[in-house]
Amino acid sequence: MKTLVNIFRLAGLFIDDGLFALALSVVVVLAAIVAAIAPAVPIAAGVVLLVGCLGVLLGNVTSTGTR
Amino acid sequence: MILTWTSAGPAVSAAFLSSLVEAVEALTIVLAVATVRGWRPAGLGALAGLATLALIVLALGALLDRVPLHALQLAIGVLLLLFGMRWLRKAILRAAGVIPLHDEELAFATGTAALREQAQHDTRLDWLAGLASYKAMLLEGLEVVFVVIAVGAGRGLLVPASIGALAACALVAAVGLALRRPLARVPENTLKFTVGVMLSSFGVFWTGEGLGVPWPGEDLAILGFATLFLIAAVGAVRLVRSPAVEPLP
Repeated sequence: MKTLVNIFRLAGLFIDDGLFALALSVVVVLAAIVAAIAPAVPIAAGVVLLVGCLGVLLGNVTSTGTR
Repeated sequence: MILTWTSAGPAVSAAFLSSLVEAVEALTIVLAVATVRGWRPAGLGALAGLATLALIVLALGALLDRVPLHALQLAIGVLLLLFGMRWLRKAILRAAGVIPLHDEELAFATGTAALREQAQHDTRLDWLAGLASYKAMLLEGLEVVFVVIAVGAGRGLLVPASIGALAACALVAAVGLALRRPLARVPENTLKFTVGVMLSSFGVFWTGEGLGVPWPGEDLAILGFATLFLIAAVGAVRLVRSPAVEPLP
């Protein structure tokens, strides 16, 4: 039981707000898809990644703040 | 591979600042144990925690050598993104007054009170005090290990990142031993804010590298990402700041 608790605490180092972590994961997957379908424009995946992360951060913080 | 300050500097700084936060948290608990039950159980527990950490670092180090570079960069980048943006999000919400600031003084008082109560029940349970110290050192130390691996692995920056982390731990230990008080005066949220910005920037950079993105300026792109994250974070604080929170001087 304690091991399980420690595993969850370890996971908690990376995942606090489940939706926030999920949204970040979706951004990474989208960037990977863009990198796969547009290998001629590799910077496009980077733009998706950067803009996506900033968007997720701002969206999550403002929604939490106004809740 | 010759290391320059341009490549090693951000890794040292990120590892130093991240580790500073974790070391302060670990030291707070160790000091609480030491104050109530003495330095012996606190010191033994902390040393046992450090020994366990050393084993984990050795195990992870061996594994890292066998992982392909791009897969490693991608895994590290995603880990850093989750880790750093989680910190940044909390730091923004704390700075905006949406959630309360973490109070090291309160953590110290809580830990001390719990151990005093325990001491009244059984004076021979020093091993429990040592265990509290052990767990604090192990769990906070694990965060430091993840930061060092995340910041340093993949491009031969493990040594600079380790130096940054060790410097932070040594600094906090020296200050803690000298003051024998919780480091409540360290502006934790400011540290977490800065660290969150840096780790998020590293996360975007490494994830992109793992996906084969040729970042303009290579490593210097991290500074650009940090600037963007900082602007976004400060803007977010202003946007969601509670009216009850006084503006910072």
